[in-house]
Amino acid sequence: MRIELTLNGQRVCADMPADATLYELLRAQGMKSVKCGCETTNCGLCTVHLNGRPVLSCSQLAARCAGAEVVTLEGLQDEAQLLAQCLADEGAEQCGFCSPGLVMNVLAMAHELRSPTPEQVDRYLAGNLCRCTGYMSQRRAIAKYLKMREEGAR
Amino acid sequence: MTIREYARPETAEEAWQLCQKRQNVVMAGNMWLRMQRRAVGTAIDLSGLGLDFVRERDGGFELGAMATLRELETHPGLEAAYAGAFARALSPIVGVQFRNTATVGGSVFARFGFSDVATLLLALDARVRLYKGGEMPLEAFQRAPFARDILLSVFVPGGAQGVGYHAMRRSATDFPVLAVAAAQTPGGLRVAVGARPARAQLLCAQEREWSDARRAEQLQGMAFGSNMRATADYRRAIADVLVRRAVRDAMEGKQDAD
Amino acid sequence: MKQVGQGVRKKDAMALLCGKPVYTQDLAPAECLCVKLLRSPHANAMIRQIDASAARRMPGVACVLTHEDAPRSRFTLAGQTYPEPSPYDRLILDRHVRHVGDPVAIVAAESARAAEAALRRIRVQYEVLPAVLDAEQALDHPVLVHPEDDWKALCDVGADNRRNLCAQEVVSQGDVEAELAACDVVVERTYRTQANQQCMMETFRAYSYMDAYGRLNVVSSTQVPFHVRRILANALEMKKSAIRVIKPRIGGGFGAKQTAVCEMYPALVTVRTGRPALLVFTREESMTASSPRHPMTIRVRLGATRAGDIRAMDMYPLSNTGAYGEHGPTTVGLSGHKSLPLYSRANAFRFAYDVVYTNTMSSGAYRGYGATQGLFAMESAINELAHTLGMDPAALRARNMVREGEQMPAYYGETAQSCALDRCLARVQEMIGWADKYPRRVLENGHIRAVGLALAMQGSGISGVDTAAASIRVGDDGTYNLMIGATDMGTGCDTILAQMAADCLDCDVADIAVSGVDTDQSPYDTGSYASSTTYVTGMAVVKACGLLREKIVAAGAQLLGCAAEDAEFDGTCVRCGGETVSLRDVANRSLAAGAQELFASASHGSPVSPPPFMAGAAEVDIDPETGEVRVVDYCAAVDCGTVVNPNLARVQTEGGIAQGIGMALYEDVRMTDRGRMMSNSFMQYKIPTRLDVPSIRVEFEQSYEPTGPFGAKSIGEIVINTPAPAIADAVYNAVGVRVTDLPITPEKVLRGMGRL
Repeated sequence: MRIELTLNGQRVCADMPADATLYELLRAQGMKSVKCGCETTNCGLCTVHLNGRPVLSCSQLAARCAGAEVVTLEGLQDEAQLLAQCLADEGAEQCGFCSPGLVMNVLAMAHELRSPTPEQVDRYLAGNLCRCTGYMSQRRAIAKYLKMREEGAR
Repeated sequence: MTIREYARPETAEEAWQLCQKRQNVVMAGNMWLRMQRRAVGTAIDLSGLGLDFVRERDGGFELGAMATLRELETHPGLEAAYAGAFARALSPIVGVQFRNTATVGGSVFARFGFSDVATLLLALDARVRLYKGGEMPLEAFQRAPFARDILLSVFVPGGAQGVGYHAMRRSATDFPVLAVAAAQTPGGLRVAVGARPARAQLLCAQEREWSDARRAEQLQGMAFGSNMRATADYRRAIADVLVRRAVRDAMEGKQDAD
Repeated sequence: MKQVGQGVRKKDAMALLCGKPVYTQDLAPAECLCVKLLRSPHANAMIRQIDASAARRMPGVACVLTHEDAPRSRFTLAGQTYPEPSPYDRLILDRHVRHVGDPVAIVAAESARAAEAALRRIRVQYEVLPAVLDAEQALDHPVLVHPEDDWKALCDVGADNRRNLCAQEVVSQGDVEAELAACDVVVERTYRTQANQQCMMETFRAYSYMDAYGRLNVVSSTQVPFHVRRILANALEMKKSAIRVIKPRIGGGFGAKQTAVCEMYPALVTVRTGRPALLVFTREESMTASSPRHPMTIRVRLGATRAGDIRAMDMYPLSNTGAYGEHGPTTVGLSGHKSLPLYSRANAFRFAYDVVYTNTMSSGAYRGYGATQGLFAMESAINELAHTLGMDPAALRARNMVREGEQMPAYYGETAQSCALDRCLARVQEMIGWADKYPRRVLENGHIRAVGLALAMQGSGISGVDTAAASIRVGDDGTYNLMIGATDMGTGCDTILAQMAADCLDCDVADIAVSGVDTDQSPYDTGSYASSTTYVTGMAVVKACGLLREKIVAAGAQLLGCAAEDAEFDGTCVRCGGETVSLRDVANRSLAAGAQELFASASHGSPVSPPPFMAGAAEVDIDPETGEVRVVDYCAAVDCGTVVNPNLARVQTEGGIAQGIGMALYEDVRMTDRGRMMSNSFMQYKIPTRLDVPSIRVEFEQSYEPTGPFGAKSIGEIVINTPAPAIADAVYNAVGVRVTDLPITPEKVLRGMGRL
């Protein structure tokens, strides 16, 4: 079936099977930042923004996204720079396979929560699994990022 | 799962008509549905019916079937009316991204044993509204056989003096090993126990003479089972603890950390 | 500024963080056939008949391959140096399926949907056989996992397929029984560890294609590209020279990808069809037919004097290698060789083991590689000995542990030339507040807080086996290309090795270009496993850079018209007397008129494997009414020799500890009584989320390893070893319950407390 949606600000029209997920549609559109780490909605790797909210693209039927606005990391390269640098300076990417999903959720969190506490950050990001880091370096990097972001906004 | 066709009906009648066919299936959040091994004829997407609302009504709240768990968790009205129990019960479910699309209707309709949502709603004496089946208590709906109907909304009555919610999880975002919700309602104390691991059941509905002995006696009559996460013995042992804690919170009208 | 010792950003960090398409699946051409596998629903069965004709006729299906279409030579998937200690016990597709999930057929189609539809049309008739699922019953069981005649072991590891035996050995020193008999106190305990899953976020995957020269090219998410080339040659009955393996960026490995779990399937499709083919394992496949940790049952006996001097140690692990023998004979060795040497002052030790086949998923290599299992047993036993003696477990360790300069009889007689274990133990006690917190305190809310600790060691590469080559070349702009065959799997070895090269050549890390591995282009390396890369490959880099420096000096001296011995190189210029010539000029002259290219290559292997050491301490919070255990603080003091990149070493440590916490508390492998895996997803096999991982605090107690590059040893594996025994003892200290079989579930704790 034909599915029209806005992807990273561009109108796209994709021809997908009725049971295709948004994840499949995005990979087919060349959005290679979007990764799949499980089939059971547990890992957070496939996180994208759907109408401004972070969702798991593996659990969204592509058909339902007709008319929606979808943003992937490809569409947020500028906004992601500062966060990426903070993570890189801690070595917090390690294998990097979970990084795009994490970056997408941190950016969503930064829009949704004002000055979150470390505990709120952990809660917001709990659905982003990482097997390499033990999360500590991510905590350090995200705390720095949120501080710099707030200072920049002031 | 495979899906042959996708439909987004604009009226409940249209959705109901479609769901009368055996191979068709209603799709709410699509969080659990997609993991089933089945061939679906038409997936009936309810997102075109305008059911994604949370609104105050008759002193309580009406939750549209397509309202997401995240909406319930962050809703200021629900927070105030039910002592933060929605956030407490729902926030451990997988992650924000998951809860942004998982719906209250999906959780309730599927009647999963592990459902935190159902456990809480049962204690709050929620009523479900079905397109054909009309309104009925959640408790009755849970016991009724699966019907090819459309769940439109869930009504949560107000007036709870205090609500307590305690769940035990092996790890922070896992399914509960056991979940207990207690509400101090005008009719008395109402306690639901979920993830037994079978679906949530009421321990008591209008209890006015609460005591340790009463609790023990009621738990004696409740069935517990075993699964990967724990044995029936363990569930029975901690049910006593969690019920006591949830009731304490409901009576004191406050939430405690553990 | 020196680069070694700096927290240099990883060279690929920004690309990874910005979601660039650099992983295997991202690089696969769109026209790849999609490969899917039909898997056995039975734990042990013979395929009586298989009918793929309907599947082959399905639209979009390029090929369906069964055991009738696959080569017949047995091989091992273990990524090890030839001759592999792991027996040759596999076929790509076998008539005999030996565990639930063993592949039965390969389907390749134009799309995933077409491949899945075809899978459903393959008709298989099985002769279902009785299965042996319990490792304790496996030895000499009437059901043989490998009854076939063409099973073979290349090395003498004590294997016998007619006994379900994959390996067996006894090593000892001194008279253990006599020493034990003379001891005041003997502790004898049995411990069990689980088949933990590595759970790297990128599941197993590879794609293959035929290149312009008619050679099979395989791009794989692997830790062992050179071994994969040999394994594919064996499996496909091809010449190695006809195969090229490329390793791009990898989404984690932790040892899982030291086994060539998936490459042979797309490779066979490409060989048969001539078409490019891609296989991506689902998470379920990665959880059911892969290479998890060997489950072990370990019996330990420790004998000591009343004063707390350990006199004798006896360890017997029974290891379950599952349906195939990958890493079976070797992982078990580490369970003793990386635990007994911590207490090298004992008069006698014995280490005996059996490794058995069962009809369960095949085990493999997972970070720690047997040491993790052995250390859970040994360190738990040491803690129990301390409690039996009424001693502080830290004091018992301080009295008995190995110290710098001491010989380690149970570690092949090697001497601990660099060892800061004493400092690690003291430091970790300060960090966690041991003096105040041991053993426990009760909080106002009724919860109990308690602490526990453990020591660990590992190796740095495999002595006398691992080998690494490194090449380095000067480009015409005076920068360098460093070529290595070690595989960065997110750990940052490309960057760490560039830091070493930069210091050897007095330049910036940015001036050292690195790239992924290509068996056609990269110098040989056994691969990134056994904690070898920093130590072994690092030394090869140091050697190669030394040779290159000499060549630069010689070329510069020639241009300056002086003798090489009178010239020196400062990283930018060659100087001689008052004259200088820039590296750029030297480089440009080296690339013209038949001059010698400035290129050097060196190989390294080590006769020793110097152990890194560490001490880990856990503080737990227990709800005595539910048995829930939460780790609230974890402290680690690590001796990895010189810390090459503190950021990356810290993240390795934090990540390893988090995995260890998962192993200790959450990660629970469950199988049905018919051998079907129940914990086959992230929904049912719970790895720690960030809410489960408390504060982890890491400090380094550096030593200097004389045989390592810049004094460095390894860090990648040791860091997973302390949480399980440390947490287990913290739980004991809190509520008096000793959990000996992992994971430590609330139910086991509550049961132990007598409240069930």
